[in-house]
Amino acid sequence: MSKGKLVVVGNGMAGMRTVEELLKIAPDTYDITVFGAEPQVNYNRILLSSVLAGEKAMDDIVISPRSWYDEHGITLFTGDPVVALDAQAQTVTSAGGRVVAYDKLLLATGSNPLVPPIPGLDLPGVCSFRDIKDVETMIGAAEEHRHAVVIGGGLLGLEAAWGLKRRGMSVAVVHLMPTLMERQLDTAAGQLLQRDLDRRGIAFFTDGQTEEITGDDRVRSVRLADGREIPADLVVMAVGIRPNIALAKAAGLDANRGIVVADNMQTTDPSIFAVGECAEHRGLCFGLVAPLWDMAKVCAHHLAGGEEMLFAAPALSTRLKITGIDVFSAGALAAADEADDEITLQDAAHGTYKKLILRDGKLVGTVLYGDVADGAWYFDLMRQGADIGAIRQTMIFGQAHAETGGKSAALSVAAMSDDLQVCGCNGVSKGSICKAIAEKGLTSLDEVRAHTKASASCGSCSGMVQQILAHALGGAVVEAEPAMCKCTDHTHDEVRRSIVAQGLTTQQAVRETLNWKTEDGCAKCRPALNYYLLCAWPTDYVDDQQSRFINERAHANIQKDGTYSVVPRMWGGLTTPAELRAIADVAEKYAIPTVKVTGGQRIDLLGVKKEDLPGVWGDLNDAGMVSGHAYAKGLRTVKTCVGSEWCRFGTQDSTGLGVRLEKLLWGTWTPHKVKLAVSGCPRNCAEASIKDIGVICTEAGYDISVGGNGGIDVRVTEHLCQVKTEDEVLEYAAAFLQLYREEARYLDRTAPWLSRVGIDYCKQRVVADADGRRALYARFLFSQRHVQIDPWAERADKGIEAHEFKPLLKVG
Amino acid sequence: MVDWIDVGHLDDIPRLGARTVATAQGEIALFRTGDDNVFALHNRCPHKAGPLSEGIVHGHKVTCPLHNWVIELESGAAVAPDVGCAPKLPVKVEEGRIWLQLGIRLKVVHG
Repeated sequence: MSKGKLVVVGNGMAGMRTVEELLKIAPDTYDITVFGAEPQVNYNRILLSSVLAGEKAMDDIVISPRSWYDEHGITLFTGDPVVALDAQAQTVTSAGGRVVAYDKLLLATGSNPLVPPIPGLDLPGVCSFRDIKDVETMIGAAEEHRHAVVIGGGLLGLEAAWGLKRRGMSVAVVHLMPTLMERQLDTAAGQLLQRDLDRRGIAFFTDGQTEEITGDDRVRSVRLADGREIPADLVVMAVGIRPNIALAKAAGLDANRGIVVADNMQTTDPSIFAVGECAEHRGLCFGLVAPLWDMAKVCAHHLAGGEEMLFAAPALSTRLKITGIDVFSAGALAAADEADDEITLQDAAHGTYKKLILRDGKLVGTVLYGDVADGAWYFDLMRQGADIGAIRQTMIFGQAHAETGGKSAALSVAAMSDDLQVCGCNGVSKGSICKAIAEKGLTSLDEVRAHTKASASCGSCSGMVQQILAHALGGAVVEAEPAMCKCTDHTHDEVRRSIVAQGLTTQQAVRETLNWKTEDGCAKCRPALNYYLLCAWPTDYVDDQQSRFINERAHANIQKDGTYSVVPRMWGGLTTPAELRAIADVAEKYAIPTVKVTGGQRIDLLGVKKEDLPGVWGDLNDAGMVSGHAYAKGLRTVKTCVGSEWCRFGTQDSTGLGVRLEKLLWGTWTPHKVKLAVSGCPRNCAEASIKDIGVICTEAGYDISVGGNGGIDVRVTEHLCQVKTEDEVLEYAAAFLQLYREEARYLDRTAPWLSRVGIDYCKQRVVADADGRRALYARFLFSQRHVQIDPWAERADKGIEAHEFKPLLKVG
Repeated sequence: MVDWIDVGHLDDIPRLGARTVATAQGEIALFRTGDDNVFALHNRCPHKAGPLSEGIVHGHKVTCPLHNWVIELESGAAVAPDVGCAPKLPVKVEEGRIWLQLGIRLKVVHG
């Protein structure tokens, strides 16, 4: 059986998609001939705005290269529009004089820009925004001229305006209506859009009726009906499109606004089909791409001899392609009558706006501005006609909130877009995590972290990365209590117990007894072992400098450029004129670039060269100051308010108590840093409720609470007990700290440790068990006897660890 | 012929530690491992130029103090999956003295 002849008029997206679909289901049914009016092959017209904005090159938007046509034996005539159709004889005639017969004809003639009758449209410098030629005209104008006026403030006009702005032109938009994109956006969203584009330097003339385009050999200005005149070297007409029906109409096919088609995409002539923007289905024409793809599928099905598949107009959604401006709209823009409901959420400062339109318990319209992450979800609910009764209260806050009651832990990773930035520290998106998991076959959080750096810095996104991994692997990822590091299979707790139970007093002994896999450990286990041994054997164990992180070895905080910061202790946040003078002198003497007040009520000297550290410390020592241990996994500060000494609300001497606590606790090494605060009354000016140990004074005494944290995961303290005297505060606080020192894992702050063991456990050990508390306190005091030595003085005066601060040699 | 420079005694560097040699072309880090080998690398982590000499030495590796990249001391290469290299220099220990070769290599390093 010989093949039928299919002629396609129109080499654009809808026509070629139909051909592709046809080749997929019935590759050998037709000899195919394609006529295109433009000289190019089929390209993605939607992305012309990205080409104009310079975000994509022309080559990037080609859908089918010439080789594709060759491979499929398609005869392609570009730059040769069909000018006549003889439905009786079943032939088409092109402008170039080609006459081709067909058995089946597909009209995919698209649409033409709508051109209102304005004088001056034929002047050089006027174009529309429809095809590659228009874009070339606009890019050319942007290179040579300054002023562009875009007529039309709809989707296309705004994308044109933004593209020209990006290319350096000064751009004005004239829009007939009071607000932009009024067919897709309601007034509120339209105004937000105008505000944002205005901030980006695009001028708007709304309610603007264009009367004339002036000029002699080139456009000079655009004059509006109200007399306003806008200078212009380029005028882009973007007021709309009109289906291109001339050929069909002349051939006697039924056509209204578009070429009338039935549900099977057939025109009133059974041999002729129409798809795309030129077609009119049940009174509607379509300018968006989604329904075009559906049409192509249905049409190919019938061209291949099928009879079942029918086209039904789908719900439509719109997005605007302007970088950094997110707009989403679908369905109704506003309540149609009193039976409909609107839910809106507006945050003008953040520039976000959401509106949902409900009808009969279903979502029928969505307008989103600024935050469009949930657009796909809302659109899905609309298409499914889902009953939204159960989520009505919360759906405006988005899918994650509506489906989980706002618990971030249960955030649906499936719903997250690929662009969503998961790891803020390292700038890793969900898409790149999924890609690495798929391409490299990753199966554990550690591997994902190693390959993508997601959650490798602050770690606050670890949970989310874990969920993405679980989702990608299609099941739960097993998370057991992890081994201490890759050098051993033992957990932190097991190692700690062994050190005490087996009396292991050196790192070497620990590694040998517990079958370490490495000779001298790694950067993870060495500092941990060093701490555990120091805590267990305060008199016997010799602190190993080479197992200390640089900050604790250099007794200063390393900065990103390799310099250091120095923070002298200010007991309870108190200082004196003499101390301040000494700090000022040191800063000048060593040309220290930055002096900053810290959150812990003391002063930070930043940018100190390493070899200057002993000198800086010596000068500070001379003025009576010692190390503030701002670099240590140890006691940092005790923050205080002024308390009863000065404050009219103060109930106790909070400053004095803070000083006593700091004098008691300074110098101790702990699993992680430790911060305290003492507030003189429940107004809590010292922010005691987010400290590792917080004391709040009342008329009745002192409330001690523990386990707070102001870091990545803010956690409020939990109440430990109330005591009557300052001495009791010291004993309870030190006992709690010793419990933490002895039982927490290295690098656990008190907050995660307390979350694990529970406040009741601490109350039992520190409050209820009085003998136990006193024993803890005694062990703490014993340990302090060996560490309350100013490390700065040792290094400044006595030259201890001198090699740390000097180069081995200087050459050249 | 490039000269070997005597930069000091093995014991000037703590075991599992490092010292630096300041040169006109930049700092060189000398690492002493647990088995008393000495390695010389340009003192800049390939990641963000962190001073490798301040890192923790373990096995024949050092962990950068800034962002925990691990660098192989023998080659200067970052341990996978990180990618990068801190250029190495010839160094030898003879009768307790550490000898370092500067010069040509350094010029290459600084391109």
